[in-house]
Amino acid sequence: MTQGPALTDEVRAMIGATSEPDILEVERGAIRRYADAIEDPNPLFRDVEHARNSRYGEIICPPGFFGWPVKRSGRMGLTAKVREALAKAGYPRLLDGGVEYECFLPIRAGDTLTAYSKIADITEREGKTGKMTFTITETTYVNQNGDLVVKARGTMICR
Amino acid sequence: MPLIERQGKVEKQLYFEDVEVGSEVTPLAKVATTQMLVRWAGASGDFNPLHYDETFATSQGVGSPIVHGALKRAWLGQLMTNWIGGQGFLKKFSCQYRGMDYPRKMKTMTEPEEGETWWCKGTVTKKYVDGDQHIVECDIWVENGQGEKTTPGNATVILPSRA
Repeated sequence: MTQGPALTDEVRAMIGATSEPDILEVERGAIRRYADAIEDPNPLFRDVEHARNSRYGEIICPPGFFGWPVKRSGRMGLTAKVREALAKAGYPRLLDGGVEYECFLPIRAGDTLTAYSKIADITEREGKTGKMTFTITETTYVNQNGDLVVKARGTMICR
Repeated sequence: MPLIERQGKVEKQLYFEDVEVGSEVTPLAKVATTQMLVRWAGASGDFNPLHYDETFATSQGVGSPIVHGALKRAWLGQLMTNWIGGQGFLKKFSCQYRGMDYPRKMKTMTEPEEGETWWCKGTVTKKYVDGDQHIVECDIWVENGQGEKTTPGNATVILPSRA
């Protein structure tokens, strides 16, 4: 058996914790900067005229983009608390493990989204370089009409 | 706008009838540069110094600054939205950041040094009709310059039908 840190009560107590909601504004300029950053020329993300004539009627977000937070305290605050607890438990190093999205509606420029996050699970596993922990954060994005637009499930690795 | 011209045009509309199990998702080439990582940080709001600070990256055990997992995820998003066209809808989309990737350094203010090119690829694993929805499932991934899949994932799309 490899000796290593174990999940502390403080860490375990975070499972099920929920965040204050995040509010995100979806602006055309933020969408374009995002598309520019990945060098995606798709006119649905940047050409207002093209978007008007598309089935969406407005510029939409590329997958995985949710606009810019008006305040970023919710999800980030929640995962920061988990990270702090994991660091104290002997897992100070952070890596992004991956993400899973389920999309229900397009996100259009001009939308305002509210995001609710929850720590769904925290587990530990033996990795190649010792013990690692996996924190699953579930986030639900709802638009200004109260419609569910996306559910996200992110994995944060601390080791 | 050299930024836009470097990548191909968005493809014409794909229909459910155009794909079979085993069909290839049109591959997409990408070059991660230190400059792209800076732009990504600004556009996404991920300011983790792991992606731009040599000393910090070394202290975290990854050697030097690494490509953001979420940037590779965004490339895979582009792979799919290019392929499914304006009438398609990306229903589900996931990826895991399994392997580290290291960006090319910049040679000039606009041109990267010679080096690695990444490829986003995919294959169709399943197609079926559910109610009035024509659904196609794919394995997708980012491949590094050595052909290793550093970022594997899955996508489920709804395509228009000619029927």
